[in-house]
Amino acid sequence: MMMRRKMVLRVVSKLLIPFILLFALYVQWHGDFGPGGGFQAGVIFASAFVLYGLIFGLGTLRTALPSWLTRLVLAAGVLLYAGVGVASLMLGGNFLDYDVLAHNPLHGQHYGIILVEFGVGLTVFAGIITIFCAFAGRAAADVNPSEPEQAGDTGND
Amino acid sequence: MNIEIITSDLLEVATLVIMGITGLAIARIRNLFAVVMLSGIYSLMGATLYVILDAVDVAFTEAAVGAGASTVLMIGTLALTSDRELATPNARTVKGIFVCTLIFAALVYGSFDMPLYGDPLAPVHQHVAPRYLGESMGEIGLPNVVTSVLASYRGYDTMGETFVIFTAAVGVITLIGRARRKKSGKDGGSGS
Repeated sequence: MMMRRKMVLRVVSKLLIPFILLFALYVQWHGDFGPGGGFQAGVIFASAFVLYGLIFGLGTLRTALPSWLTRLVLAAGVLLYAGVGVASLMLGGNFLDYDVLAHNPLHGQHYGIILVEFGVGLTVFAGIITIFCAFAGRAAADVNPSEPEQAGDTGND
Repeated sequence: MNIEIITSDLLEVATLVIMGITGLAIARIRNLFAVVMLSGIYSLMGATLYVILDAVDVAFTEAAVGAGASTVLMIGTLALTSDRELATPNARTVKGIFVCTLIFAALVYGSFDMPLYGDPLAPVHQHVAPRYLGESMGEIGLPNVVTSVLASYRGYDTMGETFVIFTAAVGVITLIGRARRKKSGKDGGSGS
């Protein structure tokens, strides 16, 4: 709410956020060739949303990214990771042995690593957003105790 | 010694000195907002050090998590609590310095048994690292060996780490995500 007048912050963050998201996607999908991977990509992707939440308020962030969605993504990431392990079990390999995921072991390794890193990215992204919103929601509720219902709706996960 | 090694050594020393100064400043300053900012700077210097040591993946994580995410979370914590640190009585400070000096001496004593910095014969470079570096291209086929180790050779450990993050987020939801809603329900309506 205090940020409503900070024109420079609003304009600059709006300019920056698409590039932060794009960079996170690059780090996610290019992690097997350059530095980076799911963990870093998840944090960078989340940091774009954290910046958005800091500048435009928690309610706006929660409109763009509702709490059911972050909770879903949080669970989907670990499920994807463990699911790749179960899939390799089903195909006759050991748990998380990606060799069996494709006809060529090298391709299987590549598919497995991309899926697993994507799972890490999803969980890390949702985890950071969840923790940030829980903390910031508590702070907002303490600042405006007169509106506990609204704080409960926007801030809490 | 060639000029490149000397430059990188100088950079390392300079980075460590700045980190030391930042650490001292964190211990001295009472304004916790400044402390949070300084710890972000400390993490950035750590990331710089990892880049100098050619550990870009670690540097990436340190910059993203240490300087980015944890700084935001610490500011969130400050918003919940106070941004002033209470003054510690001098007697406790002296005890604290005594304990820290003891631990520092023990750590230095322990470091005498460690292999020299950059020693290629150190055990860590003799165990599985040669196999990862030599054969991961044929077994996994990825140019970034760090990714091969993290996601394939040590895939099981990375899954555990992902579950740790999942558990942390779930813990935060159960501890401070839900409590407020219950309380506000109590305040809001007597009928509920």
